[in-house]
Amino acid sequence: MSQPDSLLRRLWPFRLERRATPSAAMRLASPLIAGVAMALTGLIVFLILGQDPLVAFRVFFIAPFGGSYEIGELLLKATPLMLCALGLAIGFKANVWNIGAEGQLIVGAIAGSAVALFGSESLGALTVPLMMLAGAIGGMAWAAIPAFLRTRFHTNEILVSLMLVYIAQQLLGYLVHGPWKDPAGYNFPQSRAFAEAAILPALVEGTRVTGALIMALVLAVLAWLFTAKTHAGYRMQVAGLAPAAARYAGFSDTRNIWLALLVGGGMAGLAGISEVAGPIGLLQAVISPGYGFAAIIVAFVGRLHPFGIVLASLLMSLLYLGGEAAQVELQLPSSITGLFQGSLLFYLLAADLFIGFRLRRIVRAVAP
Amino acid sequence: MNLDHLIPILVSTVIAATPLIYAALGELVTERAGVLNLGVEGMMLVGAVAAFAAGIATGSLSIAFVAGMLAATALSLLFAFLTLSLQTNQVATGLALTLFGVGLSAFVGRDYAGMPIERVPKIDIAGLSDLPVIGPLLLNYDLPVYLSIALYFAVQHFLTRTHTGLRLRACGESPTVAHAIGAPVIAIRYRAVMFGGAMAGIAGAYLSTALTPMWVEGLSAGRGWIALALVVFATWKPLRVLLGAYLFGGVTVMQLYAQGFGVEVPSEFLSMLPYAATIIVLVIICRDPKTILLNQPASLGKSFHPDA
Repeated sequence: MSQPDSLLRRLWPFRLERRATPSAAMRLASPLIAGVAMALTGLIVFLILGQDPLVAFRVFFIAPFGGSYEIGELLLKATPLMLCALGLAIGFKANVWNIGAEGQLIVGAIAGSAVALFGSESLGALTVPLMMLAGAIGGMAWAAIPAFLRTRFHTNEILVSLMLVYIAQQLLGYLVHGPWKDPAGYNFPQSRAFAEAAILPALVEGTRVTGALIMALVLAVLAWLFTAKTHAGYRMQVAGLAPAAARYAGFSDTRNIWLALLVGGGMAGLAGISEVAGPIGLLQAVISPGYGFAAIIVAFVGRLHPFGIVLASLLMSLLYLGGEAAQVELQLPSSITGLFQGSLLFYLLAADLFIGFRLRRIVRAVAP
Repeated sequence: MNLDHLIPILVSTVIAATPLIYAALGELVTERAGVLNLGVEGMMLVGAVAAFAAGIATGSLSIAFVAGMLAATALSLLFAFLTLSLQTNQVATGLALTLFGVGLSAFVGRDYAGMPIERVPKIDIAGLSDLPVIGPLLLNYDLPVYLSIALYFAVQHFLTRTHTGLRLRACGESPTVAHAIGAPVIAIRYRAVMFGGAMAGIAGAYLSTALTPMWVEGLSAGRGWIALALVVFATWKPLRVLLGAYLFGGVTVMQLYAQGFGVEVPSEFLSMLPYAATIIVLVIICRDPKTILLNQPASLGKSFHPDA
């Protein structure tokens, strides 16, 4: 051991030891550990803010399960998170880092809204299916930009997809402040309300849950079938786990990148149009409280597995609702949600280490 | 357009470029040590809010900058611990750092939104700052602007002319070799990440006390990501970071002045310019894969574990 290392060694007298085989138990336990660590962090934050931690804890984490309306809200907010995360996870597995789901969500919402605003009189019962289709295509088109630039010009999809989020936000702002602004809307930056035929009806009386939830659950099953049962899904997994092996096997990088981004963009687009055609009911300047970014966390917490993502999206939805409740009932800032979301992912990444490694204390052979 | 119009545009360009220079030079050093920290945006925001809060509390801008630097360094230390000691995936951890920083800064800054703060003062050099053209163009900035140029020279000198800089670059090219010749790879990478954090903190402090002397949620508006793109654009060379930052500063400023000159484009489209320019610039630099292959630190983003 060279000299400059010794201070580090004294502060951190542990050594990582690779496990003979990755721990399957740890893979499942790690999100739970992260969740508990986040909740503990929450207690500390509540204490610092001078709240009774148990009261705050109840408002934040327990009350959102209070009744059928509350559970409906939980499912409602979980839906866009689920849709975005399912698509992102397929890319992450193949080492394609689409972090622009937020932008794809926005463009999907814009494309679907175009159908609702300009076609709902003539389309009748076809309106909603066509809006969904347009939403998916809009999201795919936006994701096609980083896919094209990565495959053709080798640009980094992380930076390009992220830049496109800002551009999409400006585009949406332009539309609702300009050409699509409701002339009778008292100058609010929003479109006119969608016609009845362009609105997703509530699935259960007394809640705001729409058919988008069913669609998301069906897509979760399809995503699982894709990854577990198709050759294309297998190729993408190999590309993620062992890029050299994938190249040797002749699996096309280009195809994986396109597939990952189109699927991710399409699902994010569906999330966007489901939001504006569902709980929002019109197009406005802000249509998502960062679902596309939170979905990155959902994908990791869900172990990049479709069924894990379904569960993780419920947890993330709980954080959103808890933040809102804490704002209303305890006058805490709703931005506390972002704090919890970020720390959850940190804890998860740290806990994940122990899937492949275990910690051993360094015992010196000779006393210094 | 005559000189009277041009000078304020150039001056604003330099000011808009300054936070980019700090953040991108910091990230450049981090990346030259082989670590990809995608958390620049988060560190910048936390630095911005910490500086603003400290500035309000103490009334001292020096303390504000120190606070911004310390807060962002603390965040980068968290990143370093996770990626270097715990070997987590650098991409995922960097994203986590940004998401966490966005949340943390919004949370901490909730009471500061809309408060006024005194702007970092411009240096008036007696007599000289009043010279025509040269005065306003070169001799009438705030201190951090001049220090950002000094930082460029320091980083350039450190990387190419010092032994430590050579070892740092070795860690980025081949940590195995660096380890074999006795360089403490992990310790060097820790310091490189913390330097990146400190610089992102200064960039953030400059945003909230000089560029737009105020705090709003998401104040950095993607500048941390643009700084990351700048490092690629610069092909990991400090001088090109400097030039790139002024180019981007120019694009940002153009958007503000275009309307003043009667350009009939909706403001939203002008606001897209810096982001669109980032994409275009990335395409131009990356289109020949050899450019990246030859310049990118060979072990960028890869974990290294001395005992494995």
